[in-house]
Amino acid sequence: MTAIAHTRPSSSAVKGSATAVLRAEARLFLREPGALFWILAFPTVLLCVLGSIPSFREPSADLGGLRVVDLYVPVVVLLAVIMSGLQAMPPVLTGYRERGILRRMSATPMRPGALIGAQIALHGAAVAVSATLALAVGRIVFNVALPRHLPGYLVAFALAALAALALGSTISAVSRTTKITQAVGSVVFFPAMFTAGVYLPVSTMPDVLQRTVDLTPFGAAAQALDAAAAGDWPSWTHLGVTALWSGLLVAAARRWFRWE
Amino acid sequence: MAVIEVSGLHKAYGDRKAVDGVSFAVEEGEIFGILGPNGAGKTTTVECVEGLRRPDAGRVRVAGHDPVADRGPVTRVLGAQLQESELQPKITVREALELYAACYPDPADWRALAERLGLTAQLGKRFAKLSGGQKQRLFIALALVGNPRVVVLDELTTGLDPRARRDAWRIVEDIRASGVTVLLVTHFMEEAQRLCDRIALIDRGRITALDTPSGLIERTASGTEISFRPSAEPDMEQLAALPSVESVVRKDGRVVVNGTDETTGALLSLLASQGITAHQLRVTEATLDDAYLDLTGTDT
Repeated sequence: MTAIAHTRPSSSAVKGSATAVLRAEARLFLREPGALFWILAFPTVLLCVLGSIPSFREPSADLGGLRVVDLYVPVVVLLAVIMSGLQAMPPVLTGYRERGILRRMSATPMRPGALIGAQIALHGAAVAVSATLALAVGRIVFNVALPRHLPGYLVAFALAALAALALGSTISAVSRTTKITQAVGSVVFFPAMFTAGVYLPVSTMPDVLQRTVDLTPFGAAAQALDAAAAGDWPSWTHLGVTALWSGLLVAAARRWFRWE
Repeated sequence: MAVIEVSGLHKAYGDRKAVDGVSFAVEEGEIFGILGPNGAGKTTTVECVEGLRRPDAGRVRVAGHDPVADRGPVTRVLGAQLQESELQPKITVREALELYAACYPDPADWRALAERLGLTAQLGKRFAKLSGGQKQRLFIALALVGNPRVVVLDELTTGLDPRARRDAWRIVEDIRASGVTVLLVTHFMEEAQRLCDRIALIDRGRITALDTPSGLIERTASGTEISFRPSAEPDMEQLAALPSVESVVRKDGRVVVNGTDETTGALLSLLASQGITAHQLRVTEATLDDAYLDLTGTDT
């Protein structure tokens, strides 16, 4: 406990501590069974429930020969994105600020941004696992074809996840307490679900509604995922809409996020 | 050499001046107390030292570094226990110690630290399940895990039961004995008197006095109070003429003399020479409480 000479830490020391933060936060993330259920299990459970309805497994001429269950695989992928970014993550971020956890970290050589960065990375990783699970169950149980244009699917998925995580961070940024965060999160949650096509897949929406929903981050992402699933590169308009929203929301979160 | 230097520190929140021209220097190896009522500006002052707040004006140096501009060097030599901060509810004591140790380039051995602070049995326990005293001991451990030269303890014992408070005091003395300088924020007189080498009294954003605990007591207006029930009526004027007497009053059949330590002896000789016996003699020395009340001013 004697005073010792301190030198500037090497960048590897900083990287080492960022890894330590990620490792610690990952352990904490695995201790949240509620969040894990809603992000990882619920989307696939919903897919199974819908897939268990016999008529949803019948090809329909109205859907261009597809089955309802085919349409719902991209929808539950977006559901995972929304659950993680909008429902699970914002109260964690606000709680870290409200409880002074970020402040405590500010008093060390580590930046509190490392905690926020770790949470965003972990929620993003959980979405990727959840989407993989939904695609696998769709393929194995309901014989839904895997995305035929994988790079397009990955790009659309990454943009959707980015938009949701940025929206969640913005919600946490603008709400002072965890309670407010949860309230704002719920208000945003239902429109997000609707535009992602959870109640009615976007491709089956009436024309005017569809064109409106196309301007929302998850509506455009739904169309992009559908196109990639069918084997086409998604339209640049759809990718552009989701990307633009992501950019705006990242800027908003960075602009308004308070560390204390 | 001063390890913390603060001069002309100002910080306002809107119209309210939280800190209004505070200057002090903390010497290497001492326990320096910042004492004052709630809302006096104590926490704002130490937050400027910790680099958590940017002063409006004034100069702050920790081991020669500016806490805002040289955040890196300052956070490496200064360990902090913050008022009202928490940890992730489900993080265990072991994980918290490992995590915070990883934040520093040259950390202390956290196992030894846990042992020293009596946390070994709690290593697997989650933060939310710890008692108040255990949480505070963990926060002390986190403040020490970076091998700091200075630790700032802000209201360390607020909310602790008397036993946990005494445990915390022993730990603070132990920290100083290990060569680490301590900046202690408190509103408990007993704590300041027992632990601090020097105390800065802060009231409404200003330092009203800065001295050793005994120095502060000596300054106080209410020095020594001597009261007794005289066997015969004494000459009140003669009493008032005794050295250092400030007041002599009759109260409920008792004589109450306010003066200093030197008044006591002179008073007793006077009474003896007049053949008066002082029944139920009580001599009360001023405490830091009195000094505090005198020096922080009252609102009435």
